[in-house]
Amino acid sequence: MSKLMTWIDDRFPLTALWESQWGKYVAPKNFNFWYYFGSLAAFVLVMQIVTGIWLTMNYKPDAAKAFESVEYIMRDVQWGWLIRYMHSTGASMFFVVVYLHMFRGLMYGSYRKPRELTWIFGCLIYLALMAEAFFGYLLPWGQMSYWGAQVIVNLFSTIPVIGDSLSTWIRGDYTISDVTLNRFFAFHVAALPLVLVALVAAHLMALHETGSNNPDGVEIKKQPKDPKTGLPLDGIYSHPYYSVKDIVGVIVFLAVFSIVVFFLPNMGGYFLEANNFIPANPLKTPPEIAPVWYFTPFYAMLRAVPSFLGTQVWGVLVMGAAVLIFFALPWLDNGAVKSIRYRGGLYKSYLVAFLVAFLILGYLGTVPVTVWGQFADGFPFHGADRATVLSRVLTIVYFAFFLLMPWYTKRDRTKPQPDRVRWK
Amino acid sequence: MSKLARILLVSLALSLSLGAGSALAQAEAGLRLAPAPVNRLDDESLQRGARDFINYCLTCHTAQYMRYNRLEDIGLTPAEITDNLMFATQKIGDTMTVAMTPADAEKWFPAPPPDLTLEARVRGRDWLYNYLLGFYRDEKSASGWNNIVFPNVAMPHVLWQLSGTNKLVETEFEEQGKAEGAAIAAKGLSRVEEKPGGKYALLTVATDVPGTMTRAQYEAFVGDLVNYLDYMGEPIKNQRIHLGIVVLLFLGVLFVFAYALKREYWKDLH
Repeated sequence: MSKLMTWIDDRFPLTALWESQWGKYVAPKNFNFWYYFGSLAAFVLVMQIVTGIWLTMNYKPDAAKAFESVEYIMRDVQWGWLIRYMHSTGASMFFVVVYLHMFRGLMYGSYRKPRELTWIFGCLIYLALMAEAFFGYLLPWGQMSYWGAQVIVNLFSTIPVIGDSLSTWIRGDYTISDVTLNRFFAFHVAALPLVLVALVAAHLMALHETGSNNPDGVEIKKQPKDPKTGLPLDGIYSHPYYSVKDIVGVIVFLAVFSIVVFFLPNMGGYFLEANNFIPANPLKTPPEIAPVWYFTPFYAMLRAVPSFLGTQVWGVLVMGAAVLIFFALPWLDNGAVKSIRYRGGLYKSYLVAFLVAFLILGYLGTVPVTVWGQFADGFPFHGADRATVLSRVLTIVYFAFFLLMPWYTKRDRTKPQPDRVRWK
Repeated sequence: MSKLARILLVSLALSLSLGAGSALAQAEAGLRLAPAPVNRLDDESLQRGARDFINYCLTCHTAQYMRYNRLEDIGLTPAEITDNLMFATQKIGDTMTVAMTPADAEKWFPAPPPDLTLEARVRGRDWLYNYLLGFYRDEKSASGWNNIVFPNVAMPHVLWQLSGTNKLVETEFEEQGKAEGAAIAAKGLSRVEEKPGGKYALLTVATDVPGTMTRAQYEAFVGDLVNYLDYMGEPIKNQRIHLGIVVLLFLGVLFVFAYALKREYWKDLH
């Protein structure tokens, strides 16, 4: 074996690659619950790719056959139902895991110097994931697939002057059609998975260059070395320590995942929508078109922004800005410390307000704007939808978290950050 | 930190409860549905439902993703399927289609009858059950029938000989609360509707002319039919739930070993 490894290592840096990326990678020893979601995201990515390959073996990207081929997979292909439910549940769970992973970054300041590029690669992964999910959602060719894609592509037509030609160019047709289905299939199964895998590799390489952050925000690379092990005082090898720990995380995740796949595959209409069991019908608009839950915070913002100067493009711009503003985070934060453990009340209040705004916007994006009725006469904004007014307020809260960050992180009364991590 | 964790948990719980509320609120406002008496493990009920589906529904409606031989799932033999449930020249591996072409359907019906393979996944069991109980005579409609669950539906009441004919019973109330209270007291299917002049009407159906079945027999008949439709929407459901229990037990065992392994390695760290 060692002879074989020597033979390979003389020709390809296999051992060096393994050791730099995981085997001899030194990580802080105080990772908590929130540090499972990175490895889980990688796990879900692999699962989506594998189940996706097997789905592709029987799926037909053809407007006349797509819906039928999905039912064929669900009914006639051996274990097809399991592969399909794993893939549909995996799509939603990917976002669950990624949102928790991103929130971890916000709490512990993982985006800050020197990890700006890790954060930016992460934001790019999030963008690619949104595109991947959007393209994939058209493929079952149900009513929600069709009309969801119609709505999203039409967003581009709000752009002044070039909008209409741009949306036609994206669709390849004047409506969502067989041509659109074929190109979305190409993006979903070939282009974006390649981009995603490459970005994940870059994300991990950048992380393993700077070293991981941790719940205390302590830079272990700056610590003195333990004379016995030669590692930083609070550093341990990822392997075997985090290897065996992450296996426990994967098993717990799989248990939650299995509860959805085997007992709640529709997840109450949030993972698989009832309307998507009706084949796409270009002549019949469903009464309510809502995107899948992971897009709904942004969808709520889109709906909340009023049109003015004769165009609705503002909502689209706000929605785009809401996603892209994450990129700027490393340069908005002036805090003296990284971790929420040592931040003051200001940052904590803004973070909680941001989280609450994100969750309520997410809920409001799943329901019609009339859900809470209108303000009665005599109130300010009388006649306006209560949900729309609240969405506007929450959109402002969402952006305030980012745009006021240079100010409130500077003013925040932080506690001193320790030199050693708190552990056990 | 623990304070933050608590705030996180509360906001997560809040958003989940909001979400659950919206998922349950899928039924239309004002419409109250009786729960469908279905049991996915009752093969006899499923077999009766299959028989009735094929006899009554599969003349206008198709089930184009459902193969006849799939009915072996619910305890039928191939011979039973071909002898008792297949009347045309189809083969047992064929799907449940009808002689009527889509073009004919467009011509003959105000709205073409939808394929029913996945109808239970689109509408839900309770909706289907109440829909089949919700027909009443309405001289104003083109077919002579109307439905509490699906107002002005194009489909006539195909099962009227079994159920008899119902009439619409409308009770007016001054306030919405009272109408809704009466709806709860009435139990079963009802609809509360706003009337001009700020009044509210409680709509229910009542037997006018009895059919060949009693009310209870007809409800059981529809229950079997809906049980079958639910099975047909997802034939692997029983297998899925059964396998799920096995998978969770396996993961439970695996967790014990994986956790012990993690403890063993981590005990060296101080």
